[in-house]
Amino acid sequence: MLLLYITRLIDVFPLFLKGLWMTIAVSFLSLITATILGFLAGICRSSRNMPLRRAIGVYVNLIRGTPFLVQVFTIFFILPEFGIHLEPFPAAIIAMTIMGSAFICEIVAAGIEAVPKGQREAAISTGLSRNQQIRYVILPQAMRTILPPLVGQYVLLVKDSSIVSVIGVMDLTRVGWLTVQRIPEGMLVFGLVGIMYFAVCYPLIRLATRLEKRMSVEEYSL
Amino acid sequence: MLEYFNFRVILQYLDQYLIGLLATGWMSLVSICLALILGTIACVMRLSKNRLISNTSAVYIESIRSTPLLTQLYFFYFGLPSIGININEVQTGVLALSLNSGAYVAEIIRAGILSIPRGHVEAGIATGLSFIQRLRYIILPQAIGVVLPPLLGSAIVLVKDSSLLSLISVLELTRAGQILTSERFMPAEGFFTTAAFYLVIYSGLKVFSDWTQKKLIYREAH
Repeated sequence: MLLLYITRLIDVFPLFLKGLWMTIAVSFLSLITATILGFLAGICRSSRNMPLRRAIGVYVNLIRGTPFLVQVFTIFFILPEFGIHLEPFPAAIIAMTIMGSAFICEIVAAGIEAVPKGQREAAISTGLSRNQQIRYVILPQAMRTILPPLVGQYVLLVKDSSIVSVIGVMDLTRVGWLTVQRIPEGMLVFGLVGIMYFAVCYPLIRLATRLEKRMSVEEYSL
Repeated sequence: MLEYFNFRVILQYLDQYLIGLLATGWMSLVSICLALILGTIACVMRLSKNRLISNTSAVYIESIRSTPLLTQLYFFYFGLPSIGININEVQTGVLALSLNSGAYVAEIIRAGILSIPRGHVEAGIATGLSFIQRLRYIILPQAIGVVLPPLLGSAIVLVKDSSLLSLISVLELTRAGQILTSERFMPAEGFFTTAAFYLVIYSGLKVFSDWTQKKLIYREAH
């Protein structure tokens, strides 16, 4: 019986590859948008504009305080009530971008905070404009603190992309869920799904660990 | 938007939400306790000098960290019955949650233990402290400051992750929102209320975590 299931699983394997591709596509697209938005929000969060900081703080806490599943449901089911009808794929990208940018914003803000005050003061006294300060003085130094957790956040994004399967995006988890209805060997099917996620996430985790080590060594050698 | 918002329905379904809140609460609490136990065991195994034991634990930790919780949840939900283990949804959910969180807890505790300089332990041995005394007076007081903030962080993550249990039809907060959506076609009311409840839990945990952090910094300074 098990052998039969395995051969049937091999038959539907191309579906799994399609699912993997979808997972990578969703994660990668939202990774880019979330990074751009997250950096912008993070820079604004550490600006001196009080209302802006507050507004971003509220946004970040709202997102961090609610489960991603609830956010996905909110976007997918509530937007149609306002006349905005979205396909599952764009809805997934929007949800992942909103969630990812909030987390990246916190990472960026913490990184900027970690740059010594004297650096900014030196930049001001050399007559750099605000944009130049951020571009040439603050961000390059903040990147050391930002990069390791940022890669960690990318891993989380890939993993969280499994949740958008509930609104019908044909990603790996969705393929597994559909397959398990036909091939009732949950461990086999989701073991395969897990291995495929592992293949994507594990190298990223290793990269994050390596970056963390390298960045901290550089700091001591200064 | 608020003029369309139907508060009466929320009141009508309030008992569902309260049941859901209670379920989310106790399932998270049980999972956190189990995760702490599991994490400690996995951490001790990971630090063991026996390669086999240490590698077993590493495989557990890495495979959990590199795959999404939803996949793990489905793995157990669909997989356990196929190997003849029949447990109900709540038990499956708690099992998956604690196994998932346990891996993260193990890494947090390991980082805490490794953060203590070797010299401190050696100094303890040199002054003739027993193992228990070293643990009590040297290792734990220092490790707790490193370990507690991320542990509370992963408790927050666990509470949010418990929303995924709604997908295997466990009645909890998110499920309550889904019920309202499917019975009354009121996704806005349903999911905003769910989100509000999660935000309450989140703020409670956040206040507690900020408070402990302040206490810890205070203790370190004095």
